[in-house]
Amino acid sequence: MDNKILELKDEIEKRLAKISDLADLDNARISYLGKKGSITALLKGMKDLAADQKKAFGADVNQLKTFAAERIEQKNKELKEKQIEMEIKAMPKFDISSPANLDTGSYHPITLVQRQCETIFKSMGFNVEDYAEVVTDYECFESLNIPKHHPARDMQDTYYLENGQLLKSQTSAAQNAILRKYGPALINDGVPIKAIFPGRCFRNEATDACHENTFFQMEGVMVDKDISISNLIYFMKTMLSEVFQKDIKVRLRPGFFPFVEPGFELDISCLICGGTGCPSCKHSGWLELCPCGMIHPNVLREGGIDPDQYTGFAFGLGLTRLAMMKYGIKDIRDLNSGSLKSLSQFTDDE
Amino acid sequence: MLLSMNWIKDFVDLSGLDLVELIHRFSLSTAEVENEIYFKGKDISGIVVAEIKSVEEHPKSRKLHLLKVDIGSDELIDVVCGAPNVRVGMKTAFAKVGAQVGEITIAPRELAGYTSNGMCCGESEIGISDDNSGIMEITDDVPLGTDIKTIYDVDDIIFEVDNKSLTNRPDLWGHYGIAREFAALAGRQLKPLEVDELSVYNDLPPVDMKIEDKLCKRYSTIKVENIKRNISPVNIRIRLYYCGMRAINFLADLTNYLMLEMGQPMHAFDARKVEQIRIKRFDTGFTFRTLDGVDRNIDENTLMICNNNTPVAIAGIMGGLDSEIVEDTTTLTLESATFDAASVRKSTVRLSHRTDASMRYEKSLDPEMTVPAIGRFLYLLKKYDSDVQVVSSLTDEYAEKFPSVTLHFDQAFVDKYTGIKIDSDTIVKTLTGLGFDVTLNNCDYTVEVPSWRITKDVTMKADIIEEITRIYGYDNFEVNTTRSPLYPVRMTTVKNNEEKIKDLLVKKFNLHEVHSYVWAYKDELKELGIPVENNVRLANATNPNIEVLRNSIIPTQLCQVKSNVSYAPSFGIFEIGRVVNGLDKNNLCIENKMLAVTLFSKTDNIKNLYFRLRDILAAIAADVKHSELEFAPCHPEHSYEHPVNLNYVILDGKVIGKIGIAHPIVSKNIDKKGNVVFAEIDINLFASACDNAIIYDEPSKYPSIEYDLSMDIPQDVYFDTLKACWKQEGSRLLKSVCVVDTYDTETVHRITVRFEFSSCERTLSSVEVQEIIDKITANLAAKGVTIQSR
Repeated sequence: MDNKILELKDEIEKRLAKISDLADLDNARISYLGKKGSITALLKGMKDLAADQKKAFGADVNQLKTFAAERIEQKNKELKEKQIEMEIKAMPKFDISSPANLDTGSYHPITLVQRQCETIFKSMGFNVEDYAEVVTDYECFESLNIPKHHPARDMQDTYYLENGQLLKSQTSAAQNAILRKYGPALINDGVPIKAIFPGRCFRNEATDACHENTFFQMEGVMVDKDISISNLIYFMKTMLSEVFQKDIKVRLRPGFFPFVEPGFELDISCLICGGTGCPSCKHSGWLELCPCGMIHPNVLREGGIDPDQYTGFAFGLGLTRLAMMKYGIKDIRDLNSGSLKSLSQFTDDE
Repeated sequence: MLLSMNWIKDFVDLSGLDLVELIHRFSLSTAEVENEIYFKGKDISGIVVAEIKSVEEHPKSRKLHLLKVDIGSDELIDVVCGAPNVRVGMKTAFAKVGAQVGEITIAPRELAGYTSNGMCCGESEIGISDDNSGIMEITDDVPLGTDIKTIYDVDDIIFEVDNKSLTNRPDLWGHYGIAREFAALAGRQLKPLEVDELSVYNDLPPVDMKIEDKLCKRYSTIKVENIKRNISPVNIRIRLYYCGMRAINFLADLTNYLMLEMGQPMHAFDARKVEQIRIKRFDTGFTFRTLDGVDRNIDENTLMICNNNTPVAIAGIMGGLDSEIVEDTTTLTLESATFDAASVRKSTVRLSHRTDASMRYEKSLDPEMTVPAIGRFLYLLKKYDSDVQVVSSLTDEYAEKFPSVTLHFDQAFVDKYTGIKIDSDTIVKTLTGLGFDVTLNNCDYTVEVPSWRITKDVTMKADIIEEITRIYGYDNFEVNTTRSPLYPVRMTTVKNNEEKIKDLLVKKFNLHEVHSYVWAYKDELKELGIPVENNVRLANATNPNIEVLRNSIIPTQLCQVKSNVSYAPSFGIFEIGRVVNGLDKNNLCIENKMLAVTLFSKTDNIKNLYFRLRDILAAIAADVKHSELEFAPCHPEHSYEHPVNLNYVILDGKVIGKIGIAHPIVSKNIDKKGNVVFAEIDINLFASACDNAIIYDEPSKYPSIEYDLSMDIPQDVYFDTLKACWKQEGSRLLKSVCVVDTYDTETVHRITVRFEFSSCERTLSSVEVQEIIDKITANLAAKGVTIQSR
């Protein structure tokens, strides 16, 4: 082999051994394998050789070229690995246990509970309706079969306004409008009325940990041919089991509300003690949750629906009460307090 | 209302039944029973009738006596007793050694040197009254040594029904009506009431009585003389006591007893004081002293019972002091009447005086009951005071009857309403048990409603369903879903938008949702220096602090911000709530649903905070409506608005709300160092704006050209004006514009805007881009903008 080749090979080995960063390596690559590199120069110089020498020399140079390329590549790999290794070593160790920066917003707990209820009812084909807070005597009482002298109309229970309107004392105040809105589709096209209407209600009473003058209810109605008490119990039980994510035991007791006949008080087995009795349920094992009933024929008639042809049920779920039960809120006044110490805890609950 | 199981058992045989279980069923089928059931007499045993044979003073104690008592056994028993009313020959209740008196087990006991082998008991110790003045005096003629439980109803099960659950059931305000329910539940017979036959007095002169006011529906009365008894029999007293009433005197007790038994309030007048009964109202008000000794102001709406022109009782509420039964009363005029329910209720409210009688009258009592109640009263009166003499005929004026109610329905109606199969035998048996007269013809029912249910409760066939189903038991219902057809559910735009906005504000901008009240809180606003603005007022607010409805949520939120300043250096709150903005031409409230957002920061400067809020609003419009908001300066209308930087929020060319900074006075009252910005948007207006559909803009395959312009903007030239300068060119090639840099000094307001040009068809040449840029710069220059550099 040509001395030049041997020397060059020796030089490459020595030079590469000394190189410790990628830039030097690249310079080295250029100085051997680049256009003007020494190996390239050897190849170029072949044209001056005699024909018989050309072949052997060419083979030797190519071998050297391969050798150089391989060594450089190998060195390149080594250096890169070393570099990554150093980068890894250079990475500081973070304190994962340091406090998280949780700048999250929050929903009002009523929104969360309301959404859960709405989702359940939407999935069962109920429309979600909204209604005014200021209503007329007709909406809140007269259309609901609450006669003029009924105690529910007493001044002390209802906030009346100076123009004769009132702040709705129950979500049922929307019932007449809902019946009128969906009634034509029921009568003409057989589309059952299925609607829920969550909303804020007002009672003129002193507030304490258990009483608020402003609270949320969610009313629901379903009207069709042949809607029965059996159906009512089914929907109540299904809804409550979905809300509480477990099979809820319910019981119905007679309850008197002028806008339903028959009317019921719906109790659920106490969520705290499971029905064995505890202070939360006054040791009865049951919690009164939801007045409901079959819509009174007068209410249907007032809503433009013939009670001889159609029947329906209605219920009024206390959203405020539900939220308190679900989250263990003991003082009802926390809900309207606007206090972020209380409310910022309700980040999400889907 | 407290109820006695003994009393109920007077009218229905419940032998062999689990009474507690029955009470539970009553709660599920009729009316709510309070949880606690009282087992009276459970802790009483071994108390017998004893006679005091001798009484000696205790040598060492002034209070104590040494007694020898006879309980019918061979030897007298030595007892030390502290009661003041001991005397020889007196019969009393004596707890023998081994007896149980409440928590005490009686054992021989040393009392100041003497052994007491038992205890003479007072009524309160036995638990049959609250009389603790001395030991019980037994006047009944019974053998000594008789266990008092065999002569007196010490043992009883007492349960309480929630009065609220009886509002629609006037028939359940007495034990007889309750017994009817128990009979129906247990499938047993209700016994008829034992009454005195009143027709035998028909030949006697009537009582001088006249109804002069239509508010009295029926008035029945009778006069009785020669009443000798003064104290009620023990068992009557026990029942009254167990049911929460105090014994007063025999006649008063008997009227109360009748009320608790039949639900019919009665009043016994001293006949010496009441000779000409007139029922009427007076034209002018006056003061009337009721038998509780209280002077009450009677107005022209209150129905009164009078002796001719002298008021003697407030109808349906309470008798007068002057005509009440007293110690020497031997003649009584008995009142058994019904009055207009609403009138009694209103009088009760006006007088702020609710009585056991008025509570019942309010519920619309059955007027058919007045005469049987008199029959029952006389039956009991004669039973316990055998010498009494009825001296008048039954005098009865029945001014207004409730019309009878007959209902027709068929089996299909019941099947449809219940959704289950209840067979006709069960239906007939249930209704008959409750006193309905039922005729079944094939599948058709004809039902006569009993008088005690027609006054308000059962008036139509839907009412019958409840009667059938509640006795059937809701727990026994087969539960079925509906067979109704399904249709898609569509949310309203408002609802839809509201939910999206809430999610955005919470999830993207970390705001906190709060709730508040629909009225303005005067005191809290005053602390911030915000006066309550004139608006619709509450007519009957009990709290002077909340007289006016709010016309904006912002003042409320400013109060909430103040109460939260210590929560965090920066925070934001929002609410979707309602406000009222005056009255419309029909005198109805103009109610609007608003989104209000308020941001507070001690760390951000006012400009950053303001723009953060602006960006929140813009993001809502972009995300929910795919629209851009516009703003226009707005004059302040409210004291809490900073006059500078108050802007209308405009969507689709329509003003939908406002954005602004809190007035410095308010801001300082909230926090000296904090900045407060607010915005309020009408949710319905927002929702009614068009939701721009997403139109896909395919990214160009050709490279785009970016072109930066730095421009110095004169004061009072808004970005909107600049925007118009490049929009004016209307070049389809201009794909986007964004501000990449801003530079502000006292004198210079400089921004660098990056324009991006591209085409979907070809690579653009710098020449054509320059042409557009030149036009834009010319437009800008026309507005006084100086272009600094490229």
